[in-house]
Amino acid sequence: MAAFVAFLLILGAGFDSLYIGNFGGVVPIGSLLALGAGSVGAVASYYTGDRAVLLSSGAQPIAEVEASASDADKMKLRQFENVVDEMAIAAGIPRPPVYIVPDPDPNAFATGRGPGHASIAVTRGLLDALDRDELQGVVAHEMSHIRNLDTRVMTIVAALVGAVALLADWARRGMWFGGGARRGGRDDDRDGGGAAGLIFFVVWIVAIILAPLVAQMLAMMVSRRREFLADASGAELTRNPLELARALETIESAVEPTRAIKRGTAHLCIADPLGRRAADGDGGGWSNLFASHPPMEQRIAALKQMAYQFGGH
Amino acid sequence: MAGLVLLLIVVALAVWAIASYNRLVSLRNQVLNGWRQIDVQLKRRHDLIPNLVNAVRGSMDFERDTLTAVMEARSKALTATGPADAAQKEGALTQAVGRLLAIAENYPTLKSNENVRALQEELASTENKVGFARQFYNDIATQFNTAQQVFPTAMFANMFGFKPAELFEIAEAHDRDVPVVDLTRH
Repeated sequence: MAAFVAFLLILGAGFDSLYIGNFGGVVPIGSLLALGAGSVGAVASYYTGDRAVLLSSGAQPIAEVEASASDADKMKLRQFENVVDEMAIAAGIPRPPVYIVPDPDPNAFATGRGPGHASIAVTRGLLDALDRDELQGVVAHEMSHIRNLDTRVMTIVAALVGAVALLADWARRGMWFGGGARRGGRDDDRDGGGAAGLIFFVVWIVAIILAPLVAQMLAMMVSRRREFLADASGAELTRNPLELARALETIESAVEPTRAIKRGTAHLCIADPLGRRAADGDGGGWSNLFASHPPMEQRIAALKQMAYQFGGH
Repeated sequence: MAGLVLLLIVVALAVWAIASYNRLVSLRNQVLNGWRQIDVQLKRRHDLIPNLVNAVRGSMDFERDTLTAVMEARSKALTATGPADAAQKEGALTQAVGRLLAIAENYPTLKSNENVRALQEELASTENKVGFARQFYNDIATQFNTAQQVFPTAMFANMFGFKPAELFEIAEAHDRDVPVVDLTRH
């Protein structure tokens, strides 16, 4: 996160010094405007995002699904509701409403800006593939996303990405119209500042060109760390990291793209809904940098380490 | 200039002190809430048990001893006096229910009965919830104790009347024993 903010500040500082002169006087107008614009969109999605996600994925409230279910199915759904209740008690948060997404690929996600305003959804495929203990591990992971306020974190990150993209855009446009020359400020004639100023300028140009890419990469890095955190917090809730490891293994072996879940909510799912097989090394290093989830192998290994089981499977 | 710096330091200290105090208050209330949540789950279990016993009584006629043991343990738990006594009696009830659930696995007719299976799931879930409520209480009490005892806050926590919370503990040594389940019919 710190790297992200620093990156934004460097871009903003360069922008202000070159276009507004003297680092924008007292107030860095360029950076503030970009940050403001990026934030407005992010805040809007923060408050209404959860309902939008649930709608777009076709999630149905569990009560509706139960009403039209067979007896055996009702048992499974009831068990699932109990599992969610138990995890809400262990986490000390109010019980979130539960939704079922009619997709055969096993996946789960949590939405909402915090405890009390959150929902949990799982796919049909997940309910069918996992037993009670494994389901408990998955629900613990999702509950941890809510408890760790990951939506808030990712919204801030989204605002920063937006701000970086905006700044880069303005800077690029400015360069086309010959804005590269320094407009005179009051004390512009600093003798010693020549070489350092040039180096800063070059670094800044490169940064502007690469800015959107770098911002996205940093955002995904944040998302991956929060996934590891959610795994660890989930293990803390159930006190049983191995059951989540087993659940992840089952999900991994069944992975196809989860069509119902769109790209924007990937960071809240338990498995990458785009079906990326980054762990196989097919995509190589580059695709790993843009993945919202760490490779499954690393997650399973981390969980096994928590249970003091090092080494291979 | 020196006066301004001093003022800033004092303001910063005051802000930190207020923030620490508020955090301790918030944690203390969560600890109290956590303790009461355990009671909520225990009460739910008391209410659920007679239903289970009645549902299985017909099929499990041979297990009269086990069924009676469960109902007796429940009555005792309802009349507990004080937390130590309650902990011991609730522990005895947990053991009796555990035995009943394990023995019920032995009856094929019970296993295929939807109502009974639903009730077994409810009872198993209730035991889990009691366990998780206790786990949450211990977790939040530990957080509270740690927040009181770390260095700067430790100096004034006592002054404001914050005392360390007690963790939930097993009082009776025999509660730590692995429950013995006798599956022979008698």
